[in-house]
Amino acid sequence: MPAEAILEVRDLVKHYPLTRGIVLKKQVGAVKAVDGVSFDLRKGETLGIVGESGCGKSTVARTLVGLERPTAGAIRYHGEDIAKLSGRALKAVRRNIQMVFQDPYTSLNPRMTVGDIIGEPYDIHPEVAPKGDRRRRVQELLDVVGLNPEYVNRYPHQFSGGQRQRIGIARGLALRPEIIVADEPVSALDVSVQAQVVNLLERLQDEFDLSYVFIAHDLSVVRHISDRVAVMYLGRIVETGTEDEIYGHPTHPYTQALLSAVPVPDPEAREHRERILLAGDVPSPADPPSGCRFRTRCWKAQPVCAEVVPPLAVPEWFAGAAGPAHPSACHFAEERHVVPSE
Amino acid sequence: MATATTPEPAPDPGTPAPALLDVRDLYVEFRTRDGLAQAVNGVSYRVDAGETLAVLGESGSGKSVTAQAIMGILDSPPGFVTGGEVLFRGRDLLKATPEERRKVRGARMAMIFQDALSSLNPVLSVGAQLGEMYEVHQGMKRKDARAKAVELMDRVKIPAARSRVGDYPHQFSGGMRQRIMIAMALALEPDLIIADEPTTALDVTVQAQVMDLLADLQREYDMGLILITHDLGVVADVADRIAVMYAGRIVETAPIHDLYKSPAHPYTRGLLDSIPRLDQKGQELYAIKGLPPSLTAIPPGCPFHPRCPRARDVCTTDRPPLYDVAPGRSSACHFWEETVRDEEPPHAR
Amino acid sequence: MPERYVPNEAVTHGDGGTAALAMAEAETLEGGRNGRGGSPRDKPRSLWGDAWRDLRRNPVFLVSALIILFLVVIAIWPQLIADGNPYRADLAKAQEGSAPGHPFGFDTQGRDVYTRTVYGARASITVGICATAGAALLGSALGGLAGFFGGWWDALLSRVADIFFGIPVLLGGLVFLSVVTSKTVWPVVGFIVLLGWPQIARIARGSVVTAKQNDYVQAARALGASSGRLLLRHIAPNAVAPVIVVATIALGTYISLEATLSYLGAGLKPPTVSWGIDISTASTYIRNAPHMLLYPAGALSITVLAFIMLGDAVRDALDPKLR
Repeated sequence: MPAEAILEVRDLVKHYPLTRGIVLKKQVGAVKAVDGVSFDLRKGETLGIVGESGCGKSTVARTLVGLERPTAGAIRYHGEDIAKLSGRALKAVRRNIQMVFQDPYTSLNPRMTVGDIIGEPYDIHPEVAPKGDRRRRVQELLDVVGLNPEYVNRYPHQFSGGQRQRIGIARGLALRPEIIVADEPVSALDVSVQAQVVNLLERLQDEFDLSYVFIAHDLSVVRHISDRVAVMYLGRIVETGTEDEIYGHPTHPYTQALLSAVPVPDPEAREHRERILLAGDVPSPADPPSGCRFRTRCWKAQPVCAEVVPPLAVPEWFAGAAGPAHPSACHFAEERHVVPSE
Repeated sequence: MATATTPEPAPDPGTPAPALLDVRDLYVEFRTRDGLAQAVNGVSYRVDAGETLAVLGESGSGKSVTAQAIMGILDSPPGFVTGGEVLFRGRDLLKATPEERRKVRGARMAMIFQDALSSLNPVLSVGAQLGEMYEVHQGMKRKDARAKAVELMDRVKIPAARSRVGDYPHQFSGGMRQRIMIAMALALEPDLIIADEPTTALDVTVQAQVMDLLADLQREYDMGLILITHDLGVVADVADRIAVMYAGRIVETAPIHDLYKSPAHPYTRGLLDSIPRLDQKGQELYAIKGLPPSLTAIPPGCPFHPRCPRARDVCTTDRPPLYDVAPGRSSACHFWEETVRDEEPPHAR
Repeated sequence: MPERYVPNEAVTHGDGGTAALAMAEAETLEGGRNGRGGSPRDKPRSLWGDAWRDLRRNPVFLVSALIILFLVVIAIWPQLIADGNPYRADLAKAQEGSAPGHPFGFDTQGRDVYTRTVYGARASITVGICATAGAALLGSALGGLAGFFGGWWDALLSRVADIFFGIPVLLGGLVFLSVVTSKTVWPVVGFIVLLGWPQIARIARGSVVTAKQNDYVQAARALGASSGRLLLRHIAPNAVAPVIVVATIALGTYISLEATLSYLGAGLKPPTVSWGIDISTASTYIRNAPHMLLYPAGALSITVLAFIMLGDAVRDALDPKLR
């Protein structure tokens, strides 16, 4: 049943050095933004990556599209490690992995017309479309994302946020990529427009056979759009599984806390809903806790949590159980129902 | 600078006890170089002590502008209040002198903003900023004010308040900064707090902490709370009543349970249907078609009619008044009856 | 600390949350107004189009632009309004006041003050425009590259700029220009460029750093765009406005700097006709013949004022915060 993995990420690490001095720089530490992340993306599926700010999810996105070079680890696209590529070879791979940005107001160059913005991928990769054909292709793309093809000569500020996000998506589609990495693509949009864009993304996925890496902090949107979900905390994946496994049968305490904290648009639920309130704040990624990184906020923490890093693995007790087994990086992983089911 | 608190003039004894805040038919417009933007067009709502009113709306709905007009912090120009009354304990703030308004603000009503980092002065320690409230409004000595600051920080559950009172805003995390903002708003024990998207910039787990704190403090002090937000989830968790705004108007007001169970305005229904739910893996989301209107060219008739699945001819010409749906419930839809019952035309899904 | 070079535009914040919030809301309105690209009447507009529309309506801009246009024309063709030779001297008329055909009177060598004032525009305008062009090109190239590439190149440039900032302008001018013997305007232009570029470089650097962080630059980079493309197509057009504003204002100050240097004897040298030189000469006779000072000094003031007003108007039109 599972399709082939087109993208394999293995032990991805991205550290940002902290330096002192202006001309002669001395490294005094590192922000461990991503610290050993592995996952697969299969053909045609949507992998949701959720987590709070500072968990490293955006850094993962930026390394996938080549905006950042990983400190260590491999990103294999059809078996080829793109982290090691450069120059022409990297450019060729980039064609197939495109990105949609969060902020539709800053992700479009205000000095360029919509036609130039969507057509820019063809300028950079001229082999994709012959020059005479570009205008037609741009107009086609506008049509595909639900905008009037006659808008090619307009500037971004003449559009609303939702329309701009459609332009950003059209730009991402221009090179007919296999994978689209979407970093919080709807979180800057109004509720009524958010649904339009989510529906558009789903339609395009079917139409163009796309695979998505969908990064968001909104757990509801992620559930809606994702086939599989990875939950990140302080640079690591703490739990991963299918949408139903994560939302219906979470086993990691952080996932449980995260899910229980999401406000549910149903006032009836507020009396009998169980909420896990976490104490304190996320520790600094420059100096993460030893062992399990979540232990400083975890109600289950034991001495072992400070000493042994819990591996991201299917808990042993799952082996015999009938329920859906999925990996969870907790020494005391145990299922707990936190999302009210209908 | 005021050196002592001035007692509020007692409300007229002859009238029945007025609401804590009663906004009546408020109009605000922005005069920009490209024309007149009608940001608020006849908004009325009231809040009583101990009550939480949620004002729900998308960007450009006028929800924040209304709050700024109530607080008297509207940037003018380009913004102008062109009509209506803002009755605070029966007294019209719009007719008050700037000096009187300034005294009401902070002491009797306070505001919490979304972005705590830019709302706090980066070069003053949080202790100094909290203490300043007492020094300016109550003429307290610096040392006493500092002690009060620590007390406040304790009350909003900032750990190790005593040792952190000298820290600067950037040394706190987002959630902690928002607690400091709340402490600042609480300092003079106001009767009314307006919170404008107080948790939007925060992470989910921190959001829950801050919302809980706000709700606890409100109960403790028996304050009125106006919670301005775009998030239907946050509203459902804390509000007693809700007012939904669209294009500078209130389109529906209702007790919280009624609104979620049977919305009486197609816009509200559309919003509820268009949000993905945590507790279900939905099919395609319902999407309200089109875009919110430009405030310089609000459609005639019902401003929602171009996007409304129930719109008929009358909607394009007659502006619907706020119809009484039930006691404490109203809807600005000509067809609220069929909307409440959710009958024909059901959404084309 | 490199942070110092961020231009004012980037670091000024609204006074607290109220202002920021009101601003955000105003922007929302603005977005709402422009954004609903549906109506047929809104034509494509760019920042430059908007700026030009603003400028055309701004009386300050119109007045200063007219003055500058006039000055440029007479700098190129002074004979249009002054037929005569600025060097012709008639000692018999030395220091005489206005006479028919000689409205501004005569200077101490009996030369016509009106003619000299008109011909003096050429030196000032040439120095102003050339020095500004030189400083702007050099400054924005160096500052822009430093901002874009960062690293040691940035650190080096910032230090060098600091050194140039440390040079006292007049002292530097007196020392540097006293060793130059050329009687053309170019040593003065060169000196002003040398002192002026760091200011432009700082602005350009800060503005490029700000523009570089925009998502659209990241988006182009993710597409595989080259550094040249990023700089020329995405960053430069979005970073150039502050440079233009500062350069326009600087033009006025460069003109007055030239006059000051000439007054002190270090700038332009006779026989070049220059307001600064004439002011210098006239200052000796201010009690007997104030008209000798009045006219060149007045012309200088009007010119400097016109350029500074133009710079102000351009800034108002381009300022992204008002947009």
